Order: sequence, then structure tokens, then C-alpha cells
Amino acid sequence: MQRFTSALFLLGLGLLITAIFQHMDFTGTLPIAGDAINAAAAQQTGAANFVTAVVLGYRGFDTLLELTILFTAATAGGLVLGKPRAGAKHDPQAGFILRAGADLFFPLLLVVGLYIIVHGHLTPGGGFQGGVILAVAFFLPLLARPGTPMSHKAVSLIEGLAGASFILIGLLAMFGGEAFLTPMLDKGQPGELLSAGSLPLLYIAVGLKVGSELAGLLAHMAATEASDA
Amino acid sequence: MMDTGLILHTGAFGLIVIGIAGIVLSSHLIRIIFGIALLEAGANLLLLLATWHEGTSAPIIVDGHIPAVMADPVPQALVLTAIVIGVGILALALSLALRIQQAWGTLDIREIRQRMEEEIADTAGVDLPSSPHAPKPFPPVAAKQEGRS
Amino acid sequence: MEWLALVIVIVTLTSAVAVLLLKDFLAALAAFSVVSLGMSVLFVIVRAPDVAMTEAAIGAGLSSLLFALALRRLGLWRSKD
Repeated sequence: MQRFTSALFLLGLGLLITAIFQHMDFTGTLPIAGDAINAAAAQQTGAANFVTAVVLGYRGFDTLLELTILFTAATAGGLVLGKPRAGAKHDPQAGFILRAGADLFFPLLLVVGLYIIVHGHLTPGGGFQGGVILAVAFFLPLLARPGTPMSHKAVSLIEGLAGASFILIGLLAMFGGEAFLTPMLDKGQPGELLSAGSLPLLYIAVGLKVGSELAGLLAHMAATEASDA
Repeated sequence: MMDTGLILHTGAFGLIVIGIAGIVLSSHLIRIIFGIALLEAGANLLLLLATWHEGTSAPIIVDGHIPAVMADPVPQALVLTAIVIGVGILALALSLALRIQQAWGTLDIREIRQRMEEEIADTAGVDLPSSPHAPKPFPPVAAKQEGRS
Repeated sequence: MEWLALVIVIVTLTSAVAVLLLKDFLAALAAFSVVSLGMSVLFVIVRAPDVAMTEAAIGAGLSSLLFALALRRLGLWRSKD
């Protein structure tokens, strides 16, 4: 019965989308805000990558709330999973190739992640992408040698400090008489590494926060008791 | 004539339909989480396509020269954050699935619903709606497993 | 650019159907990775390199890792037969 209703629902959905499709204009609507931002972003923020200018400059508050959502999801995940029991057995040691590969890739991934975070205002990339690469870099040794303890205290410390510094940079702008999270400092020449004022600092904070959060979550998930498979 | 916009919109709507089909038609919890992830990917592509035009260039200054027609950076920033939120949702959903497996030993959505109703009725001290007098559920639910671990 | 978009959309939609139909969860996970990589190429086609990078790092990398860890813990790593 349930399957039948579900199939009926899907049929209706398909009809609806076909109807939408027939009246749709595939050339897209004209961007109004986007064109204005593209014209003004280089002068206003000094960032060469306009997506970064939007994420941290024009919609900085939104990014802060988005980090809050990620934090809540990671915390809830940790809460649901709970602590592993003291005598819980973990996965067997990985083979030679995985261990050697993990040792080889750890510094490489670290450098790539940091590069992507620091160059977020110049090239595609930034705190979110680099943070994910950092998280995977710190998870690799854990994958190769299961049972290695990961310092959850240090991870939460980095996470807290990064989140606090993001808010602190926003508050500093307020003390200067501007709105919360207004880009400050010297704009510089767009395209140079030391440019765009406080945006790279904000992206470094975002990268460290995302990286530590996801690394903690991955470690938590890996530490959950293995089922007998 | 094949139009790039039409092809991309077909991809986005196709992913949305496949994702909803996965959520609605499957009975396995992991399959439903897969469906949520697919639906999310399709929605992201549709959001980007809202202000997309043929012949724009990426909104980045390269070597100090600003391209004439640039893509809209606002939906790109939106989708950027949406993808990161998506992985948070995914992690939460998977940890919930892990806990359900630990608590009830099953991932079948119908069985989980049965167990939930039983526990709620047990706590409230009322008879189960599906008592011997009630009509049989359809499709027939598999026999009850041993008690909570 | 049209033929590239067409090929990638066909590959992506086929793998999306495969995610839901494959019995083996590990194979479904591989198909899901293919969907994410296809999406990443589509994002490059609509001129969003930032989003493409995010999708490649998160969708194809981290999500698959999370799914793989969860499947390992759930005991669905190997198909039953």
C-alpha cells in the first residue's frame, strides 16, 4: 500500500516538474546584485576572487551562522555516537602500503590545505576547501594506524580559538565605528598575497575551524565500535 | 538544437527526481541517506543555474585584468556554504543510523517504525494500535527480533 | 561545450540511478562518488570554480569517507551473498 502511494506521489511530482520544464526560460534571469558586486568588489574589498568577497565581505554574518550550523551538526553527531567503551576492540593494523602512503601524503596534504586556505582571496578555494583537506590530512594517520589516540582536547581548543577569532575580528570592526564584520585594514593591490585587508585572516579562522571540526567528527566516527563484519 | 542550458537543467531536475524517488521508495535507511545527498546535489546545481548565462567567465581577476562578462558570485557563495552544511547533515544522519543499528539491530524503516510504536505504547501504558484486533499492517512486518540489547 | 555537458549529465544521471539500484552498498558508494565528480565538472562548466573545488573535496572526498566509515561500522561493508 505504502509503495503504491509513494509511486503515485512520484508520478505527480514528475508531472509537476514536466509542467515547470515547459514554461521555463533556460537562459537564466539577469543578475542584479551580482553585476553590482562584480563592478564594485575589487575596490570595496580588494579581493581578486569575488566569491570570497561575497562569502566573507558582503555575507560575512551569514558565514558565521553557517559555521554555527556546522558546529551544531558535528556536536550532535558526537553526542549521538557517544563515547566508545574502554575495552572496545578497534580495526586491525593497516598494511604496509597504506601506512607508507599515509606517511608520504600527510605533509603533502598539509601544505596543499594551507596553500588553498591562504590563497582563498586570489584563486578558487579558501577556508572551506582547505579546511576539509586539512581534516583529511589529520585523519590519514588514524586510518593507517587505528587505535592511535587523537587529542580531542587540542582539537576542541583549536576549534574554539578559531571561532572566537572570527567573532573577534568582526567585533574589532565594530569598535572602529563600522558594522559587524566589515572588512578592515589595508585593501592593497588586488591579486597580491598581502591584500584584501582582513578577509584572509577570516578565511584562516574558517579553515582552522572547519578542519578541526571535521577531523574531530571523523575521529569520533572511526572510534565507534566496529560491528562484527 | 541542443542547448547547454537545457542539458544542465535536465541534469539538475533529474537528480532532484532521482533523489526524491530514493527517499520515498526505499525502505533501507542508508539508501534514504543516499537519496538525501543526491537531492541536495541537484538542488545546488539548480541554484547555480538560476543566474547562469552562456559565455560568462569565472568571477576572478586574473593578472590584474577584469573579464568583461562575469558569472554571478552570489549564488556561487550560497552553494559553497550549502555544500558544507550538507556534509554536516550527512554526518548527523549517518551517526543517527549508527545509533539505531546499535539500539534496535535493524535499518529497515518499517521495522524501525514498528519498534518505535511499540516503545511509545509501552511507555504510555496503552495497547498497541496493531494489537491482534487491529487490521494487519501491509506489507507484513517481519517477526519481532529479540529484545533490546 | 555542449557535448561535454551532455556526456557528463548522462554519466551523472546513470550513476545516480545506480546508487539507488545497486544491491552492494560499497558499489553504491562508488557510484555516489562518480555523481559527485560529475557534479564537480558541471560546476566548472557553469563557471563556478570555487563551488567545483568544494564539491570535489567535500562531495567526492569527505562524504564518501563518512559513508565508508559508517558502512564499515554497520557491517554492510561486504554484500551478504
